[in-house]
Amino acid sequence: MVQSEVLLAQLREYLPIVIMLAIAGALGLAFMLAAWVIAPKNPDSEKVSAYECGFNAFDGARLKFDVRFYLVSILFIIFDLEVAFLFPWAASLNTLPIDVAQFAFWSMMAFLGVLTLGFVYEWKKGALNWE
Amino acid sequence: MVSGFLEGLFNRQLDPAWAWSIDKVSGILLLVVGVLISLAFILLADRKIWAAVQMRKGPNVVGPFGLLQSFADFFKFVFKEIVVPAGADKFLFLLAPLISFILAFAAWIVVPVADGWAIANINVGIMYLFAISSLGVYGIIIGGWASNSKYPFLGSLRSAAQMVSYEVSIGFIIITVILLSGSMNIGEIVNSQKGGLTQWHAFAFPTIFVMFPMFVMFFISALAETNRPPFDLPEAESELVAGYQVEYSSTPYLLFMIAEYTNIVLMCALLALLFLGGWSSPIAGFVEIPFLWFALKTLAMFFLFALVKAIVPRYRYDQLMRLGWKIFLPTSLVAVAAIGWYATFVAHPEIGGQ
Repeated sequence: MVQSEVLLAQLREYLPIVIMLAIAGALGLAFMLAAWVIAPKNPDSEKVSAYECGFNAFDGARLKFDVRFYLVSILFIIFDLEVAFLFPWAASLNTLPIDVAQFAFWSMMAFLGVLTLGFVYEWKKGALNWE
Repeated sequence: MVSGFLEGLFNRQLDPAWAWSIDKVSGILLLVVGVLISLAFILLADRKIWAAVQMRKGPNVVGPFGLLQSFADFFKFVFKEIVVPAGADKFLFLLAPLISFILAFAAWIVVPVADGWAIANINVGIMYLFAISSLGVYGIIIGGWASNSKYPFLGSLRSAAQMVSYEVSIGFIIITVILLSGSMNIGEIVNSQKGGLTQWHAFAFPTIFVMFPMFVMFFISALAETNRPPFDLPEAESELVAGYQVEYSSTPYLLFMIAEYTNIVLMCALLALLFLGGWSSPIAGFVEIPFLWFALKTLAMFFLFALVKAIVPRYRYDQLMRLGWKIFLPTSLVAVAAIGWYATFVAHPEIGGQ
């Protein structure tokens, strides 16, 4: 029972976030509605055509794009997960008993070492070059 | 606070749940209004500083010294037509600025503007901020895609790639701060820097040799993360017109702009909280007014942001990616190892560190 009350108290700290999302959403919608109500509305075919510089737009805008953008996002996922993995380690390191802390430090160094090997491989393969 | 006032006013006890809700909602409203109003003046400061560097006067017509310029701009936005391009996905096109706007404000809720003033004092505060700023990419990429136009599409891709690249080094730098404070709660991170300037994470001895460079790197990464010059490639006027914002007008554009500046001020506040002791005074015991110091430090950081915008020429895209992946990422990785070593073998409580 006590355990669940502690959990509930911790969850309650997150409730303002939901309220904040609702208030910010309402405010944003209010801004948009204000312009929609107040501002003039007379679209014509030129006004609503896609922007182009000096000539009529040709082709669709759904273009092929460089595969490097995919590569960057894949690299991002790897390193972002790594960072997420580091958070609890970093927060608890100096609350652990000294021998456990030292073990935790070396095991994390081993983990970072493996990731660094992967990073060096990416670098040598040229995944980080942008031409 | 507000619930106490109401209880006094009507002379009866409120239900605790109601009192809590009233306090939180009024706190949130105060925060939102406070951020919006300070944003109006910060926007003006940005333009004024930019103008001063170029020996111009900047906005000076609306109100004394142009102080009301931002409010005039706001009303101008509201009176403009919302143009939705014919080929656009209308729902997503209008959803994207809303996402950006909501996320920008959602991040502020865990920021303690003074001791214990965080509205949601969650124990993983800094991780929450990290998560929310990662989500910020969605607003931009959805906006760029839904416009169904070439320039926004390319601009949003660039923007997303740039933001995620610098997200990684920001993450590692945050880890070094957590290692030094031993907590993810922002309030506790600030409290671990008590005792004047020499205890701030950016300047504390002996970690200054690692943490001061980390402070500078966080600053530069924050510039890239918020698409500020010299990293404003997504909206490089000479190449992409205005990036993902090309097709936006009226208040949807305003929402994007408010979100952008809210994120910039958030990054300034984070620099102050993580590295410059947050609300603590630079000299222990000297003018201990928490909110004043927090605001001063945040504004000092914003002043640097504004100066950088005026002084530094724009980066090229390959240089930007090289800086993020080949310089910042390895450096911050080494810093995590170094600070981890320091926290374990030098500063551990059982060894005699603080």
